[in-house]
Amino acid sequence: MDQIAKQESLIGQRIPKPDGAAKVLGRTQYINDMVLHRMLIGKILRTDRVHARIVRLDTSKAAALPGVHAVIIGGDTLMIGIGVNKDNPPLKSGTVRCIRDEIAAVAAETEAIADQALALIEVEYEDLPAVFDPAEALKENAPQLHKDKPGNVGLSYNISYGDIAAGEAESDVVLDEIYELHYVTHCCMGPGCVLAEFDGMGKLTIYSQTQYPYNFKMDLAPTLGIHPGDIRVIQPPVGGAFGSKLDVYPFEPICAFLAKKTRRPVKLVFSREEEFIASPTRQPVRAHIRAGAKKDGTLTFRDVNCLLNNGGYTSWGATVPYVMMRTYSGHFRVPNVEFKSTAVYTNNPFAGSFRGYGNVQATYVTATLMDKMAEAVGMDPIAFRLKNAQAPGEVTPQGSLLKDCALADCITIAAEKTDFLKIHSANKAVPVGGRYRKGIGIATSIHNAGGAKIHKSDGCGTILTMDDYARVTLITGASEIGQGIDAVITQIVAEELGVPLTSITIVNDDSAIGPWDVGVHASRTTFIAGNGARRAAIKAKAQILAAASKEANVPAEELELRGGHVVQSDNGVSIIRLDRLLRAMHFAGEDAELVMVTDYYEPPSELEGDNHYGDMSAAYAHAAYVAEVEVDTMTGHVRVDKITVVQDVGRVINRLGIEGQIEGGIAMSIGYGLSEDLRIEDGIVKNPSFRDYKVATAPEMPEIAYHFIENDEPEGPFGAKGIAELPAIVPAPAIANAVYNAIGVRFDNPPITPEKVVRALHGVGDQ
Amino acid sequence: MPSKAEISFTLNGSARTASVAPSASALTVLREDFDLTAAKEACGEGECGACTIIVDGQSVCSCILYAADLDGRDVETVEGLDVGDTLDPVQAAFIEMGAVQCGYCTPGMVMQIKHLLATNPDPDEAAIRRGLEGNICRCTGYSKIIDAVKAASISMRAG
Repeated sequence: MDQIAKQESLIGQRIPKPDGAAKVLGRTQYINDMVLHRMLIGKILRTDRVHARIVRLDTSKAAALPGVHAVIIGGDTLMIGIGVNKDNPPLKSGTVRCIRDEIAAVAAETEAIADQALALIEVEYEDLPAVFDPAEALKENAPQLHKDKPGNVGLSYNISYGDIAAGEAESDVVLDEIYELHYVTHCCMGPGCVLAEFDGMGKLTIYSQTQYPYNFKMDLAPTLGIHPGDIRVIQPPVGGAFGSKLDVYPFEPICAFLAKKTRRPVKLVFSREEEFIASPTRQPVRAHIRAGAKKDGTLTFRDVNCLLNNGGYTSWGATVPYVMMRTYSGHFRVPNVEFKSTAVYTNNPFAGSFRGYGNVQATYVTATLMDKMAEAVGMDPIAFRLKNAQAPGEVTPQGSLLKDCALADCITIAAEKTDFLKIHSANKAVPVGGRYRKGIGIATSIHNAGGAKIHKSDGCGTILTMDDYARVTLITGASEIGQGIDAVITQIVAEELGVPLTSITIVNDDSAIGPWDVGVHASRTTFIAGNGARRAAIKAKAQILAAASKEANVPAEELELRGGHVVQSDNGVSIIRLDRLLRAMHFAGEDAELVMVTDYYEPPSELEGDNHYGDMSAAYAHAAYVAEVEVDTMTGHVRVDKITVVQDVGRVINRLGIEGQIEGGIAMSIGYGLSEDLRIEDGIVKNPSFRDYKVATAPEMPEIAYHFIENDEPEGPFGAKGIAELPAIVPAPAIANAVYNAIGVRFDNPPITPEKVVRALHGVGDQ
Repeated sequence: MPSKAEISFTLNGSARTASVAPSASALTVLREDFDLTAAKEACGEGECGACTIIVDGQSVCSCILYAADLDGRDVETVEGLDVGDTLDPVQAAFIEMGAVQCGYCTPGMVMQIKHLLATNPDPDEAAIRRGLEGNICRCTGYSKIIDAVKAASISMRAG
């Protein structure tokens, strides 16, 4: 018999994405590329007012235009609100509250006709007093946005642990700071898009960019007045998501309703300008933090008050305090913590979820405040952080069990790898003067790395089947949004079943086929869907080895799968080729069986209870990033020369994928820290184009050095933890700390633009 | 309605003709008349590079190029790069080096790099970065794309 050599493990290898070939060949069909028979084009008319009463809305001319098949307005249809507070009817009638507001929509034979139809719709408004600042909106006489939300309060989150007054009393240093964290937006390269069609039986098929297909049905159905079970969500490849597609937005039910009304498929695509104006942003936050420490560096308290600009309606943005509070209370040992946040309705556009989900904002504050505090107590930035870093096994005030806490390791390794203290003091010692100044800065954070139990289940379903040729079909509830779960799952299954990567097909683009999953968020997919895939593969393996055992009369525990064969574990001798065995199992008469297994993986984590207490993730991970920058004191330009990444990843599954996630996160965070700024003035988006909204491009990318901490998380698939949000969270405050090291100026209002730097250095007007 | 312009051009090596509206962009005509949907409209104003094609050896944003101006030109899109079962070295390097995530910028990025390597077969790091600065990628942070350019450059020079 053949002897099959033991194969090198696939775990930790550099594995290209299985969909890479179709993408480089230009064959991938995004929704934006799709054309269905008899398809119409949908377009939305948005208001040009920030707060107004609609006095007259006349669509008769648009409806009479040849080629127009439907014109819809609010009032009769689509009046049930969507979003977190269910306060956003897809089509507005009566009152408009922000410039995104959808007031009418058309379906027409061509885009040109649809545009022409929109131009023929006549609207008259009576403007209402508007409010744009959350503090103003809380005042007694402020304009009220929603009748059922008195005082404009959208959502509040509060926690209190320990005793702030006692903490303050024992403090030698107290800092009192206000941060303004700005609007940024996802800038997915594929603009918002949806295609909907109804069959003759009242069932909707929606081609969607969503990253949470199963609960999407639940959120979409009520406003359309149909049953969630009558919705089939098909997910063609998506041009980026980053959290922006975790909710239902008005354009989706509008498109579906146009399809229902016209009885034809309707596609609706955003222009880039529309994408900037009408897709969600990151949640802006005004954070007032008071924090203290003793002379020896021990943190004593954090007292945080956050004001969130909720905009006109409520999507996930207003819920990001849920994550922010975990960082304020749980990042470093803080004995006394209060956190209060209020999301306040204003006439601005609203925010959604965005990679990092509140932790971008909270870490910008905490990581720069730790730097300020170190200086205030006269300690170096490394020793001060190590003094307050938790040890493995500690539990945070909110109940996160840091079972293998790598925070101190992250800090120590980051300092060693970069020669941090030496460079930090040398930079400080450079006399003022000279055009270019160097800076080094460190930032750290914590993030959930084993899912996040914010629903009753944080699970993911998996179905694994094998055909007569030993090809594997792995159906997972987890969506592919470009992040590379396809490669990770392929690796995991190939590793367990000893089959080639190319023999595995992932199916995860159809809610009528796939089993339930929460969605792609919270750095959870490798951990949760990876575990599901592994468990399904282990079940399949057990079935195969049991059959092989019967066939060869060798105990199953002495067999394993290797190189497409069933082999004896001790000597690698092949018992039978896997495809032959599968056919033998399949065509065994009355004993016939197919390899066809299912798994539903639910991570061991808890929903939060009172005071937001609960161990909400099955694992947590820390990271320390060091930024090295050069500041041009004449132009104010900050160049990031190098980012050193030290991150607890549990275990690397796909080295190519993990680096790709980190590099992409760093680019996003450089944008957040230095250049991206969605300017909203009096409710109007002033820079809705790539010309005026500056994302990082290739020349701005720094050198990146990696150090992964791999301690094998016991609950993770092959030891892996979730990794993909920390890279978008930690770099910006590391850069801000490095800028301070270079020029001695703090920026508590990112982005740190050349203009702000020059104004700060040369004292020209307000920042 | 303004009259249409009749144009003749070479598209991925084949002689083609089209009847195009004076206001139509090259991108629209490639996507709608020729079903070449690899090039994407991601901004529509020449700022992001997702619609990059090569015209007479120059990389251009096809979203701001009039289709009528393609008359008499040699047009290359990403769909024309692979021959039989063989990928172009830039395409192969993109897969191998992990330069693809969501893939939306990829066809434009690949064509920009084809142009870059045609004009400078052995670009240094700074030249690569400058060469890519008109193409936005929101997923990868560019590092793996830069790696792919280097790998493609080596494999193309090795023949």
